[in-house]
Amino acid sequence: MIPAAFDYYRPNDLDGVISLLQEHGDDARVIAGGHSLIPLMKLRMAEVPHLIDLQSIEELTGIENGARIRIGAMTTQADIIDNASLASSAPILKEASLQIADPQVRYMGTVGGNVANGDPGNDMPGLMQCLDATFILRGPNGGREVKARDFYHAAYMTEREDDEVMVAVTFDAPKGGYAYEKQKRKIGDYATAAAAVIISKDGSKCKEASIAMTNLSDTPVFCGAASDCLIGTSVSAEDIKNAVNSMIDAIDPAEDNRGPVEFKKHAAAVVLSRAIERAWQRA
Amino acid sequence: MSGKMQIKLKVNGEDHEFSAEPRELLVHALRERLNLTGSHVGCETGHCGVCTVTLNGKSIKSCTMFVAQADGAELTTVEGMGSPDNLHVLQEAFREHHGLQCGYCTPGMIMRAAKLLEEIPNPTEEQVRFGMAGNLCRCTGYQNIVKSIMAAASEMNSAKEAAQ
Repeated sequence: MIPAAFDYYRPNDLDGVISLLQEHGDDARVIAGGHSLIPLMKLRMAEVPHLIDLQSIEELTGIENGARIRIGAMTTQADIIDNASLASSAPILKEASLQIADPQVRYMGTVGGNVANGDPGNDMPGLMQCLDATFILRGPNGGREVKARDFYHAAYMTEREDDEVMVAVTFDAPKGGYAYEKQKRKIGDYATAAAAVIISKDGSKCKEASIAMTNLSDTPVFCGAASDCLIGTSVSAEDIKNAVNSMIDAIDPAEDNRGPVEFKKHAAAVVLSRAIERAWQRA
Repeated sequence: MSGKMQIKLKVNGEDHEFSAEPRELLVHALRERLNLTGSHVGCETGHCGVCTVTLNGKSIKSCTMFVAQADGAELTTVEGMGSPDNLHVLQEAFREHHGLQCGYCTPGMIMRAAKLLEEIPNPTEEQVRFGMAGNLCRCTGYQNIVKSIMAAASEMNSAKEAAQ
């Protein structure tokens, strides 16, 4: 499987990337780890006459830890898994990253590519919505910030303009318990259903909760109403059921080779129940 | 547009320079230009892992990388691990413990296992299975592959202890 021919560029800074994007418009795409784009190019489902490799751009690398966490777009899943301080301040990232693809793919797959691509099967977008993360984009007119919860319009359709590059994701260090629960057919598959949950406790009651679902609509689904079902409760079996029912109303899965709609709703209910239980135990 | 570009690769300690279209897949460059046919082409979709090589210290699938992306990189392929007369500890362990049947997946298994043991020198069986999850084998049922890697790990660890 050989893709259509392209010109290859490896600029050393973001200005170089942006000027190439401006020059070539729709004919140019950036490549990070390439594990979504290269298979599409090999199948000739994507044609990219001008391919701009981001691997040499220093500004896109690095993890800054603290009350506010910043992860450069070119940070790989393997980088996240290996970063001990991030694993202690935001352990949900490591838990989710370990469930993405396989070791070889995790060495290449990046946070920026995962969130910017707009593939509903990617795990990071739902996780970023759960964390209420902000995406930092850079374009010809400088930088701007977009909330993860406002970024996704439809499959592969996002708030990012063609001449903008995803630079980093930022979010407040999460408090309380967490869980990323994913059901997949086999290693390397996208989720049949996945749930990201963060819950904080005040005494024996739930103080704050945040729930987002993956691959159950053409965008990630932040479930505000389902999260509200848990707040102020003791997260009993009944409360979890209420949250799950609310989540089911918010998702809109489509039938595909991972199963019919009813099965996906069933899988979504199972992963969310498990995720809430685990997050609550850890809160 | 879309001409050839000069590519430099350091493979198994040897420098190579050639001209190629950027779209050429790394695995094809290794096999067809450098005649390093140990890295196999299996699924060609990034799932099976038979094309696994080490690139700048990472295990990667060379069917899912353009040769242009690898320009300037240092690689190790299975040819850099051992030779028929002088097998690498992992290769010897695979032979000893029947870690292969048809052998098609073996170069990828060896390359990934080598990197895994570098990262986790004393792994549990579960860590081996998780760390090898990107490599498929349709013959062995994996049991003997895991056994081979565990045996190689203990061999390498005792050699290290003896050296100290």
